[in-house]
Amino acid sequence: MSAVLDRTGTLARAWEVASSVVDPELPMLTLRDLGVLRDISQDEDGTVVAAITPTYSGCPAMATMRDDLVRELQEAGFADARVRVVLSPPWTSDWISPEGRGALATAGISPPGAAPRASGPVALQLLPTRRPVRCPRCGAEEVQLTSEFGSTACKAMYQCRSCLEPFDHVKEI
Amino acid sequence: MADIHTHESDVHDSTYAGLLVNDAHWAFGTDFEDPLAGVDTTVPDGVDPAALAAYCLMLGDDALVLSQRLAEWCSRAPDLEEDIALANMSLDLLGQARLLLARAAAADPDMVPELPDGSPVPPEDRLAFFRDDRHFRNVRLAEVPNGDFAEAVVKVLLFSSWRLALLERLAASRDAVLAAVAAKGVKELAYHRDFAGRWFLTLARGTEESRRRLIAALDGLWPLWPELFESHAVEQVVAEAGIGVDPAEVAAEVEVVLEQVFAASQIDRPTRGALAGVQGLKGRDGRHTEALSRMLAEMQVVARAHPRGQW
Repeated sequence: MSAVLDRTGTLARAWEVASSVVDPELPMLTLRDLGVLRDISQDEDGTVVAAITPTYSGCPAMATMRDDLVRELQEAGFADARVRVVLSPPWTSDWISPEGRGALATAGISPPGAAPRASGPVALQLLPTRRPVRCPRCGAEEVQLTSEFGSTACKAMYQCRSCLEPFDHVKEI
Repeated sequence: MADIHTHESDVHDSTYAGLLVNDAHWAFGTDFEDPLAGVDTTVPDGVDPAALAAYCLMLGDDALVLSQRLAEWCSRAPDLEEDIALANMSLDLLGQARLLLARAAAADPDMVPELPDGSPVPPEDRLAFFRDDRHFRNVRLAEVPNGDFAEAVVKVLLFSSWRLALLERLAASRDAVLAAVAAKGVKELAYHRDFAGRWFLTLARGTEESRRRLIAALDGLWPLWPELFESHAVEQVVAEAGIGVDPAEVAAEVEVVLEQVFAASQIDRPTRGALAGVQGLKGRDGRHTEALSRMLAEMQVVARAHPRGQW
């Protein structure tokens, strides 16, 4: 087996292991589904390096993600595995996978729509953000934004006007 | 006599001991690993590392100090949604501060306060917890003690409108770390500005009392507004080097945003003049209002008491 093939096999296996690690705050999603796991590579001496990016600058879960990734990779035999942070390009909710969106909805969290495209200065929005959000429990379209800021930095709070249940919506950024 | 002061190993000790085997870290910081781990922190060609670091400290201190003020709101806001919103904005700013202070420390390690050998405090936390007020470089608007909810709304509106404009330009910085922090911060500050703008409108059009309080808050903070657009020598140097933004350049576009909010709210632009500095020196020079040292005393006291504290 050539070194190149061996290397590819290692990376594929490491990617598989890293892909199974779940987000500490949204445990129905893997870090891959969330778009936080960006890359798996090997440095010159063969050490496996996982690259992750924060959803928000102040994301308090980064350390836990890092620990979980390192632990899982170590248990799978990648003894020296480490994690590096990538800051660019910034995380966007568009990176949440279709499987991730399905898992969010099943867990009662409304998945994000398409993120706004950045072009020129950000315009001031004095009216509440209009999003095509449906209640993840009863499917009703009559929902009300209660706050742009929710239980974690990446979510807004809504209430369904039909079944009256409050629910989280992952913000489009 | 009961031996309540002795501490013998028992089953509980062994449970907790397991948590400390390979994982002990400083007890008071935001995290326990380098937030820039694996990020290329090479200083771009032709850039003075000390100037880059001083600039990162300015933007980092702005975020850190307002973050602390917003955190002081926790459990005190008018309702739960606003409490969470203020805490969320505080957290966003704390995240920006952490990256910026880490970037400052990486560019110029000499600016990081020295601590006893073996201290586990990471560089960005040394900058946050072990500097005195005169070493902070934030604009004075960020340090104003909290007033009522209207005051928080006005402060966040002024601060986020200004910072959003700065970071939009900073996203094109030649320094890759600053550019990345800025691009991310833009998304966050857009939410902060919208939150504050909507509440400004709501309070202005609400009751007589809410409008009165809003106008009083705006009037009270207005003397600190011009300072945000004054170019400090450091800002001019980094702007010329293509890694920073001269705040004077964003004044016009930020005024347009404020005028939009004032017009929708039917509020007149205040007329009060600027708060003078001390012998011409202001926040960017390390000359602050008395409020900053009081705030830092509370923010830093536990960390300073236990520079080796681990858990």
